[in-house]
Amino acid sequence: MPHRYHPWGRYPRWPQAAVRLNWRDSALPCLSDPTRNYLPFGNGRSYGDSCLTPGGVLLDARGLDRFMAFDPATGILRCEAGVLLSEILAQVVPRGWFLPVVPGTQFVTVGGAIANDIHGKNHHRAGTFGCHVRCFEILRSDGQRLRCSPAANPEWFRATIGGLGLTGVILWAEIALKRISNAATTVEVIRFPALAKFFELSAESDRDFEYTVAWIDCMAPGNQRGRGLFMRANHAPAGGCLSPKAKKHRVSIPVDLPVAVINRWSARVFDSLHYHQKLNSRGAAVVHYEPFFFPLDGIGYWNRLYGRRGFFQYQCVVRHTEEGRTAIEDILQCAAGGQSDSFFGVLKVFGNRPSPGRLSFPRPGITLALDFLNRGKPTLDFLERLDQIVAAAGGAVNPSKDARMSAASFKRFYPNWEILENLRDPRFSSGLWQRVTQE
Amino acid sequence: MRRILIFGATSAIAQATARLFAAHGATFFLVARHGDRLQAVADDLLVRGAAQVATAILDASDYDRHPALIEEIYQRLGELGIVLIAHGSLADQKACERSFEVTRREFETNALSVISLLTHLANRLEQQGHGTLSVISSVAGDRGRQSNYVYGAAKAAVTTFMEGLRNRLYKSGVHVLTIKPGLVDSPMTARFPKGFLWTRPEVVARGIHQAIEKRKDVVYLPWFWYLVMGVIRALPEAVSKKMRL
Repeated sequence: MPHRYHPWGRYPRWPQAAVRLNWRDSALPCLSDPTRNYLPFGNGRSYGDSCLTPGGVLLDARGLDRFMAFDPATGILRCEAGVLLSEILAQVVPRGWFLPVVPGTQFVTVGGAIANDIHGKNHHRAGTFGCHVRCFEILRSDGQRLRCSPAANPEWFRATIGGLGLTGVILWAEIALKRISNAATTVEVIRFPALAKFFELSAESDRDFEYTVAWIDCMAPGNQRGRGLFMRANHAPAGGCLSPKAKKHRVSIPVDLPVAVINRWSARVFDSLHYHQKLNSRGAAVVHYEPFFFPLDGIGYWNRLYGRRGFFQYQCVVRHTEEGRTAIEDILQCAAGGQSDSFFGVLKVFGNRPSPGRLSFPRPGITLALDFLNRGKPTLDFLERLDQIVAAAGGAVNPSKDARMSAASFKRFYPNWEILENLRDPRFSSGLWQRVTQE
Repeated sequence: MRRILIFGATSAIAQATARLFAAHGATFFLVARHGDRLQAVADDLLVRGAAQVATAILDASDYDRHPALIEEIYQRLGELGIVLIAHGSLADQKACERSFEVTRREFETNALSVISLLTHLANRLEQQGHGTLSVISSVAGDRGRQSNYVYGAAKAAVTTFMEGLRNRLYKSGVHVLTIKPGLVDSPMTARFPKGFLWTRPEVVARGIHQAIEKRKDVVYLPWFWYLVMGVIRALPEAVSKKMRL
């Protein structure tokens, strides 16, 4: 069993010590060197160095994987922080409940979902994961246990949601689930030729559809830039057709490929085929929730397709104004400009529901996420240019997907970062935090 | 509805196995030493579909309590479907070599307490005329090796005891299952560096679940340990004594 303490983007590659947490009543492991840092680690789905602590010790929380209580009448679930969202869904979907917010993979822990205040395709309705967390307990390096909720220790509550694991290790949490009738979703896919059409579709769909998101063809030829597929969906109503079954088999990429198979040529072919795929002409299709919400989970370790050097995911949000739209267009244009191979572009309009999290990334506006193969310095310089565009448009970049943003950019994107710094456990730190808070 | 009794219910393998049975609505009686953790496991199984979960705190080497506790369990559950004895400890071999006290404690935990429980339970199951009696032994019991022969000797005692029990209970219809896991990445082995031979407790649990359903006698988990131990057992003593096993 190779050790699993890599970020999802496979960059940076640091040797990393780890200790597994198994019981929520245990103290944190004693370290002989009192200057070493701790950092909680969930299931390794953060893309960059926000889930590593160079020279320190990761607190592997996957051993905290017990459910504590579930009330099928109210949908209130309490579980330990290392439980995966996939494990929750497996338990609650057959009983008519669903997670209020899910990201693009179900293989994240509850603790990770809180610490990164994740969002999903329903942000315009439901806000972030943190909006549905009722309370949790954190354990600090001095042994203190803090139970946090909007009423109890509210500043800790707000700093820990989106707090990147720095306020202490989350031991358990209580979340409010939402009712569903069955495991199916009704999904419509609409092809759009340009960004302007995306914004129209988004505006008209956000009223009637709980889930909206668009895939952007980043490799489209210049005159067709901004084309893509718009997906909108709802949970299927009761008494409709039979619930479709999830696929049982999964393929998996067994090792890091020596070179990336995702490059500008393969991406162009894939994107073009994907864009021109035959769409369901009769409107909505009924599909199981797994392929709709978690399409990439069907390929285990898809990140290995990017080869040993790994990749960056770049996710930004800009205000939903004329200026913001122009910024999105500029970024897409840069992405098509040649230095980069972006395979995967995702576009969504965030809603107005505020998160309790002090340092949460999601905020009202337009969000764009792109994957870039790591080609070293040219890629880093290129992403720095994107930061400038985002900063000029008053936006922000998602730290849980970052591995390279400068301290100046971070402080500009998150002007209240010192709130987290002040509540950070003095013994907790991450590669990201050391980088973005340096003078 | 299955009625399942587990000793050492907070062990990683026991938890993972119990979850598989909980998904099918089993009723549990869980026994372990640490009360808070036992309750955490019980709560988990309830959410995962267990019909009922009762618990008792027991230090396994408190032999005098065994008969009364088993009586209490029978009062509560009636007949038992499955018994899984999963408690154990893995002391440092070097510490055992230095101290008979440590060696004795290892034997009490890994061998004598199991044999005590089996003595009482075998009679009960023989009386009821059905059910599964399963014990987690170890591949370490297959051959004495300098790296862990104290643990191995205790597990060998359990394995041989189970062999005899299987022979004795065959005609009464009681299924006796000896489980021999290889290297399992669990809190018990947290201090060891892990290589490619290591397995997650969930994988071992699936093997146990299957072995119970198929009424196997002895299982190596994962299966390749059957081959590995076959080779190690086949080594003549004249050769093996010179090796660093």
